[in-house]
Amino acid sequence: MIRFENVSVTYEDAAGPTLRGVDLTVPEGELVLLVGPSGVGKSTLLGAVSGLVPHFTGGTLSGRVTVDGRDTRTHHPRELADLVGTVGQDPLAHFVTDTVEDELAYGMESLGLAPAVMRRRVEETLDLLGLAELRDRPIATLSGGQQQRVAIGSVLTTHPKVLVLDEPTSALDPSAAEDVLAVLQRLVHDLGTTVLMAEHRLERVVQYADRVLLLPEAVLGTPAEIMAVAPVHPPVVALGRLAGWDPLPLTVRDARRRAGELRARLTGQHPAAPLPRPVRPAPAPGPHTPDGPVSAPPASEARRSGGGAPASRAAKSLFRRRRAPAPAPAPETDAPLVDVDRLAVRRGRVEALRRVDLRVAPGEVVALMGRNGAGKSTLLSTLVGMIAPTSGTVRVSGLVPHATDPRDLIRRVGLVPQEPRDLLYAETVVEECAAADADAGAPPGTCRALVTELVPGVTDATHPRDLSEGQRLALALAVVLTAAPPLVLLDEPTRGLDYAAKARLVARLRALATAGHAIVLATHDVELAAELVDRVVIVAGGEVVADGPTAEVVVSSPAFAPQVAKILAPEPWLTVEQVEEALCR
Amino acid sequence: MTRASETPADATAAPTGPRHAARAALRRAAVEPGSGTGPALPRSGPAGRAVGLRARLLAPVADRGNALHPGAWWLWALGLAVAASRTTNPLLLGLIVGVAGYVVAARRTDAPWARSYGAFVKLGLFVVGLRIAFSVVLGSPVPGSHELFTLPELPLPGWAQGIRIGGRVTAEQLVFALYDGLKLAALLICVGAANALANPARLLKSLPGALYEAGVAVVVAMTFAPNLVADVVRLRTARRLRGRPTGGVRAVLQIGLPVLEGALERSVAVAASMDARGYGRTAHVPTAVRRTTDVLTLGGLLGVCAGSYGLLAAEGAGYGLPLLGAGLLAAVVGLRLGGRRSVRTRYRPDRFGPRSWLVAASGVAVALLMIRANAHSFDALHPGVVPLIAPELPLWPALSVLPGLLPAFVAPVPPASPTREEPSA
Repeated sequence: MIRFENVSVTYEDAAGPTLRGVDLTVPEGELVLLVGPSGVGKSTLLGAVSGLVPHFTGGTLSGRVTVDGRDTRTHHPRELADLVGTVGQDPLAHFVTDTVEDELAYGMESLGLAPAVMRRRVEETLDLLGLAELRDRPIATLSGGQQQRVAIGSVLTTHPKVLVLDEPTSALDPSAAEDVLAVLQRLVHDLGTTVLMAEHRLERVVQYADRVLLLPEAVLGTPAEIMAVAPVHPPVVALGRLAGWDPLPLTVRDARRRAGELRARLTGQHPAAPLPRPVRPAPAPGPHTPDGPVSAPPASEARRSGGGAPASRAAKSLFRRRRAPAPAPAPETDAPLVDVDRLAVRRGRVEALRRVDLRVAPGEVVALMGRNGAGKSTLLSTLVGMIAPTSGTVRVSGLVPHATDPRDLIRRVGLVPQEPRDLLYAETVVEECAAADADAGAPPGTCRALVTELVPGVTDATHPRDLSEGQRLALALAVVLTAAPPLVLLDEPTRGLDYAAKARLVARLRALATAGHAIVLATHDVELAAELVDRVVIVAGGEVVADGPTAEVVVSSPAFAPQVAKILAPEPWLTVEQVEEALCR
Repeated sequence: MTRASETPADATAAPTGPRHAARAALRRAAVEPGSGTGPALPRSGPAGRAVGLRARLLAPVADRGNALHPGAWWLWALGLAVAASRTTNPLLLGLIVGVAGYVVAARRTDAPWARSYGAFVKLGLFVVGLRIAFSVVLGSPVPGSHELFTLPELPLPGWAQGIRIGGRVTAEQLVFALYDGLKLAALLICVGAANALANPARLLKSLPGALYEAGVAVVVAMTFAPNLVADVVRLRTARRLRGRPTGGVRAVLQIGLPVLEGALERSVAVAASMDARGYGRTAHVPTAVRRTTDVLTLGGLLGVCAGSYGLLAAEGAGYGLPLLGAGLLAAVVGLRLGGRRSVRTRYRPDRFGPRSWLVAASGVAVALLMIRANAHSFDALHPGVVPLIAPELPLWPALSVLPGLLPAFVAPVPPASPTREEPSA
């Protein structure tokens, strides 16, 4: 169905070819997964199948790519549109029309299908993807998972023989990802569609693949063969490699069947805490003792939070239930860094958050989890004062975030947003760092030193746009850390990161936590939570539905349990690292 | 014959031969079209049929299948706008705005474009304010005796003769400016009502095939504007994370470049997506047809230009109309031929059904009635300002605005607002 013959792709201004000498044949009806670290040309290879490379992106393609006998050299993407359906990384960039039903019909209209056929296929696709309820909705009002399903649906209606997907699940919560993958599997099994897919989150997808293509070596093999040698692999494979199982298990189910002996070896041992330090138990939610500023912030903040115009709104809500914060209480080392009390946020008629209580102590690492649209990002935005609470109180280091001058606030709390690029304005890395030093009032060179520490090898003159996802995230993190805030917030930090970049991020965040920073991250990545986090807070429908130590909250949940926990349940093991350590003991 | 059909109507029809049967059929035909021509004939049908009629006349809950043609909403709104342009009576203008506002309140959805009505109302008020401010500052040719106050007058050099800044401000000139401003505001509000009620993208989809690509460009541009605004808001709030103030001119300037960069990247991505989904696939068309298309379209447009010039100019009234007609015909044929190049089909195009006709007709009726009213009661529609008199509400012109309310009863009712989910996590 798809054939690559000695294909190389070289972009202009690039030092070397992005793809080199790829030979590849994908037969009809297979689901092929592309794996490999960032920047090895996964997206380029996918683009070559749909003809967007090189017709749209530029660059030089040598060799030959044929799809169902059509040479992409002589066929433009639009002439392959009846054959290949493409969904890119960002579903929003995919949409041409404004409502769900029109979007599903768009491709068919371009191909000139008869109205009766279009009507029938739209109905079928709405059912196939569970979109019938949303058919008249404007696309802009859908959640991320819904948008991804609409994007896939919009290419399915033309009945393409080949489906090309670039990271279809990375923006989705675990259950939405399951939905999308179930649909893909159904297409492969029932309709014989050939699917070519790139994905970083292998733990979600590898069990669905018929074959796996490892880049940059361009080796095609069965999942078990490739996973045995691949530098990127999901935890289940890591555990299998550790325990020496052969053939390697790819699914939790296979692994559980083998794990009897491993469980026996582990009985009587207890997993080490994810962080190498005593974990302070989180203060129980409820009426807590002295509120007011904590020791860390110096004199300036007492003035800020005490009175004046900015705090008036908070003072009004305080007036009802509490006394106003005392201007200078005795330093209280155990006071929480974050103190959220009965927080509610409304947007129009939508209650984004309701009665949320949250305390975070210094040095604690907390993950906010929950499905897309549950209110995680809203909660983070409230903590940095981007959103004012509708009712209830929010204190960060004793300050009311939305009423605090941003220049003061960045020394208390820093947020790395979902799109790290939003934080970066300058043309070069070095200018960005200089600006960050100036913003934070830090000595010149602070930020640059942090960047070097986090991502060695980034040159001064690089444009932030040209950095890889991982490097850009690190730069944004460095910018935030320049002001040395005791509280660091991250929104979906592992989106688009490969395993190596993720491991580096985990190491960095652990180091920060050890140094006493509190970290709160909103994430869908259960493996990240398992490796890094002391405490998990699950948010659903704007309310906190679970709040407790990671092992307790996560092990019992089918959606949020990491693979190792599922394999070794009911024992509370979360990561391969813990198991490895225990076996070595 | 089944038991169910032995209703009185059939009982009269069945026994006696063809003539009775024909009469019954006629009666049925008179009742059946859902146009609402009148109450059901009292003795012809049983109660069940009358209920069925009422059910048919009741406006249905809107969905994609029974949506009004966007063109119908625009015709209705333009009809109101024409009516508004024919009067300066503030009471009548208020009535027109009220009619438009009522229909919008009754029939708008909570789609993003439906929120534009409020913006247009604000724009209208701004126009009124601006018109009055200009009148105060620049003076007015309207003579008046009720002097309110006098602004210091700016002495201007001789070459600026005829321009006055400051000076006497009279009640007459203010009232005149108010009426004038109200007229403009009413026009704007009518346009805003059409915007809020009709999906602009669907209107563009009704364009002929040859203009389709231009239509898509506009649709994409329109979806971009809200994205751009969202980007600006997001980046402005993100500035807070860098410890910089989020307001002020500097903030906007600093985020300008990233916003434009983002918009550019997104447009490239959308273009790639459109290309990969078959945008711009063309059918093979013989060269002769293609040439004919070009000649017809261009020639037709030239004909239209020349024809309209002829109509407007004093001396060309003779050849103007035929030239305009020929030009239009040629352009239409050209566009239809051009449509052959495109292989596109349309998914569920909006149909101009009976309800659409009613909505469009109600707007046209208001316009026609108001134009007629101008003929017989001109003074009531244009209350004088010199001497200053209170405007009165003339009965017949006021009644003739009321047909504009019809859409609030015949247009499909938007479904009760669904619980909106948060757009982003």
